[in-house]
Amino acid sequence: MNNQRSLFFNVDWITILLYLLLCIIGWFNIHAAVYDPANPSILDMDTNYGKQFFFILSALVLGIVILLMDSKFFSAVSPVFYGVTLLLLILVLIVGRNVGGNQAWIPIGSFRLQPSEFAKFSTCLLLAKYLSSINMKLNDLQTLVVCAIILLIPMGLIMLQPDTGSALTFTSLVFVLYREGLSGYFLVIGALMIILFILSLLINQALLIGLVLLVAGLILYFSRRTKALITTLAIGVLVSIAFIFSVDFAYNSVLQSHQRNRIDVILGKIDDPRGQGYNLNQSKIAIGSGGLWGKGYLQGTQTKYDFVPEQSTDFIFCTVGEEWGFIGSLVVIGLYLTLLIRIVNIAERQRSPFSRIYGYGVASIIFFHFFINIGMTIGLVPVIGIPLPFLSYGGSSLWSFTILLFILLKLDSNRMGII
Amino acid sequence: MNSFFQRRFVIQGIFIVVALVLLLRLFYIQVIDKSYFLSANNNVLRKVIIYPARGIILDREGKILVQNEPVYDLLVTPNEVKPFDTLEFCRLIGIDKAGFHKRFDKARNYSPYRSSVFEKQISARTFATFQERLFEFPGFYVQNRSVRRYPDSIAAQFLGYIGEVNDKDIEKSKGFYRPGDYIGKTGVEKSYEELLRGQRGVLNLMVDAFNRPKGHYADGKYDTLAVAGDKLISSLDRDLQKFGEKLMNNKIGSIVAIEPATGEILAFVSSPTYDPNMMVGRQRSKNSVQLYKDPLKPMFIRPIQAEYPPGSIFKVINALIAQQFGQAKPETRYFCGGGYRFGRRGLMRCTHVHGSVDLAQSLQYSCNTYYGYVYSNMIDRSGMRPVNGYKRWREAVAKFNVGSRLDIDLPNERKGLLPTDELYTKRWKSDKWGSGFNISLSIGQGELGITPLQMANVAATVANRGFFYKPHLIKAIGEKKVIKKEYTQKNHTGIDAKYYDIVVEGMSRAVNQPGGTANFAVNMIPGIELCGKTGTVQNPHGKDHSVFFGFAPRNNPKIAIAVVVENAGFGSSWAAPIASFMAEKYIRDTVTRPRAVVDYFLTKNLLPGQDKPKIKISAKADSAGSKKKDTVSSANTKAN
Repeated sequence: MNNQRSLFFNVDWITILLYLLLCIIGWFNIHAAVYDPANPSILDMDTNYGKQFFFILSALVLGIVILLMDSKFFSAVSPVFYGVTLLLLILVLIVGRNVGGNQAWIPIGSFRLQPSEFAKFSTCLLLAKYLSSINMKLNDLQTLVVCAIILLIPMGLIMLQPDTGSALTFTSLVFVLYREGLSGYFLVIGALMIILFILSLLINQALLIGLVLLVAGLILYFSRRTKALITTLAIGVLVSIAFIFSVDFAYNSVLQSHQRNRIDVILGKIDDPRGQGYNLNQSKIAIGSGGLWGKGYLQGTQTKYDFVPEQSTDFIFCTVGEEWGFIGSLVVIGLYLTLLIRIVNIAERQRSPFSRIYGYGVASIIFFHFFINIGMTIGLVPVIGIPLPFLSYGGSSLWSFTILLFILLKLDSNRMGII
Repeated sequence: MNSFFQRRFVIQGIFIVVALVLLLRLFYIQVIDKSYFLSANNNVLRKVIIYPARGIILDREGKILVQNEPVYDLLVTPNEVKPFDTLEFCRLIGIDKAGFHKRFDKARNYSPYRSSVFEKQISARTFATFQERLFEFPGFYVQNRSVRRYPDSIAAQFLGYIGEVNDKDIEKSKGFYRPGDYIGKTGVEKSYEELLRGQRGVLNLMVDAFNRPKGHYADGKYDTLAVAGDKLISSLDRDLQKFGEKLMNNKIGSIVAIEPATGEILAFVSSPTYDPNMMVGRQRSKNSVQLYKDPLKPMFIRPIQAEYPPGSIFKVINALIAQQFGQAKPETRYFCGGGYRFGRRGLMRCTHVHGSVDLAQSLQYSCNTYYGYVYSNMIDRSGMRPVNGYKRWREAVAKFNVGSRLDIDLPNERKGLLPTDELYTKRWKSDKWGSGFNISLSIGQGELGITPLQMANVAATVANRGFFYKPHLIKAIGEKKVIKKEYTQKNHTGIDAKYYDIVVEGMSRAVNQPGGTANFAVNMIPGIELCGKTGTVQNPHGKDHSVFFGFAPRNNPKIAIAVVVENAGFGSSWAAPIASFMAEKYIRDTVTRPRAVVDYFLTKNLLPGQDKPKIKISAKADSAGSKKKDTVSSANTKAN
């Protein structure tokens, strides 16, 4: 009994409050997005909003169950979780139901399970378990390789569905590695690669290579010309040039045409608001028409009348933007930012590396979804079909984010003990 | 905590920067850039215009002259069309296969997803058979509309017609009308357009991404209801109008009948006329071309647009003015020796040698000589220079609304011609001219142009003994029966009432006493004293115009009437009998003259085409004998 009291006493109520707020905001916005005057009740089980209510309740139950579990359990069974997830990811490729071009769902009764959602926390757990082993040096090649394997197996399986969006989620875990000692250069190189990728799509190859050489020359000119610098620059330039050439190949051969189109729309290379750019254009119209204060609850027209596709799942933020305006968007983004910073703070106050690493994993995954999802609705990033944590309609997504977050809360509530 | 704990700030920093970037972008598209708001409205708002029913027009007793009849527009949404029996379809709506493909391609070119008109104005009867099988033709829809319907096919020029607006109309209305709207083009439809058209309603509908209606924007706060156009009650007597049109059948000319006590127009016949239903429906454009091409000009609104020298009926005005000027009295006599001599060698012939005539007799016999004297007295012996005498005379005539518009509630009224003294001064290059220079004005010939409406108005003025109400076609507007103010004001002619008695006496004798120019049995209405004056108007282009104006009964006149029958000869032989039939029909609701007599006038064909063979045959001998007339009438019978 005493133990029970201390358990709930130690739970981070601020995070739970943020979590509940986001869930409720999501529920109301799903209601508004698919509002049907024929079924006005927000609890009607035939509608998405009615179902979402059930999802939220069951997610809360799930959260409480997790809080009641033994915190050592998660560390101990993380390889099992991981293994089960991989099995499910393989299973879905065989028996999965194809929805919208992605074979991502396993039908169970009237609900559908999405294994890729559960891959997120199980991968985080295994990564935390592995990195928290004693005397782990992240910059060792062997460690890096193992980490990479842990990440790449689920990524690859998800890619096969093919669900590129969910697969890309795992790249966000680079933040975890960075926190645990991965060289900062990886982040810089990653950023440079993204910049080069975009530039090589936008401007002529020869011009871009010239630009790379110019930058290298300027660095050489303004720095002390040590042997190490010259070598690094030379390798950098060579790799860059190789990268530029491979972008062209990857872009045309590896990416699917709809993915190329989405990138082209964002880069402004396709101006086709009725065709390729329809989703993005309608999404921007919905959000943009919200103005400062929004149109008011249930008063949105763009989302309600199906101008915005996937208005209750991936494009749920459109309803927020349209009905609650910039102020509403500010509140939602503020809540996410508070949550993310809170999670990092929680992670940092852990005594055990396992809890800390897992905490960063949670923050990274939520951050990635938050940035990509909202960014895509307003045209900052290409359209990538991933849900907005806690807001988007869908049981699998809500449950997996709940599990992801509540495992951290459980670990955190036990932070004084040793795992 | 390990040695890399500071990296938390880098990571948290990245989170904050990304959140700020998102917020900046949101601020830009939500608050700064307003174009999304417009795009959103374009997406979702559809303005639907509800057309009100156009006002109907009734006759003075509430019988319908124009009403609305439902028709059906067939719409098609090309991409919803599935294969069907096109031949059967064409048969049902009465088009051929080529026409079907033409229409279908046009609709598809307009838009495959949006509905557009496939066939306009399908009649209720065609629709009835088609409707049962509409389900066999997915993609086709029917939309109700209404068109004008004229149950009696009368009063075409009076009622006018409606047609689609043109660019000018749209511009003039400052955007009120839109392409495809209907507007009154002529007649009452045009002059009362603003009352008849009613108020359009607007529905602000919201549609979803598939263009399906989803309800009213802002719960219909900005929607407006359509308000039906006002009902107009015209002054026309339907039965009288119908009878008048029958009488004028196969004749060219006009009948205008006015109720003197109100100025309400009882009959407004313009002949040849046409069936107003021709200007409605699918055949409209074909018909309208045909009507505008017709050499007899059925679209010409003769009662207000045809200007004739009035001929002898003008003597009535001169008799009145001369009395007012003190230059004629009832007992004033002049000797008619067969004509009036003026100047050195001028002679204005009279029809007969009348001997000594007084004022009443001058009208009874229509003595030209008498008016030669009277006119020259007014001009030359006015105590001022003849030019000024003319000016005074002209002013007095103008008070009878001759030479100016009566402002009837119809568009395109002509004002006629009453020449000013400058015209003559210019013509003779000097202002030292006198009555001899325009003596024909004394008998209503020469430079005078008077519309049948103006003639009828003068008749109404005489009937009222000195005043008139402006003639009008619409006596009441809407349910409240509003009457326009300008139609309730008396217009005085400046002639004292007492001077009318002798003129009325003369007009009565002209019809009812032996020797009267219109004193034929056919012109007298048994038991009703018709007063009138004939006119036989010389016409440089052909046979004289037959003119008559008058009123009945003599006391408390119920009807004043003017009749012009072009190229028909003597006023007494055509215009007068027609006027007498009309007057009796109105007062008594029936014509008591022998049926054969009335039938003769109803069936007689006086159209110019009928003369052509005659002119060719009788090129040598132009004094047409009765034999020739017989050939003409037999030709008529054939033509009919």
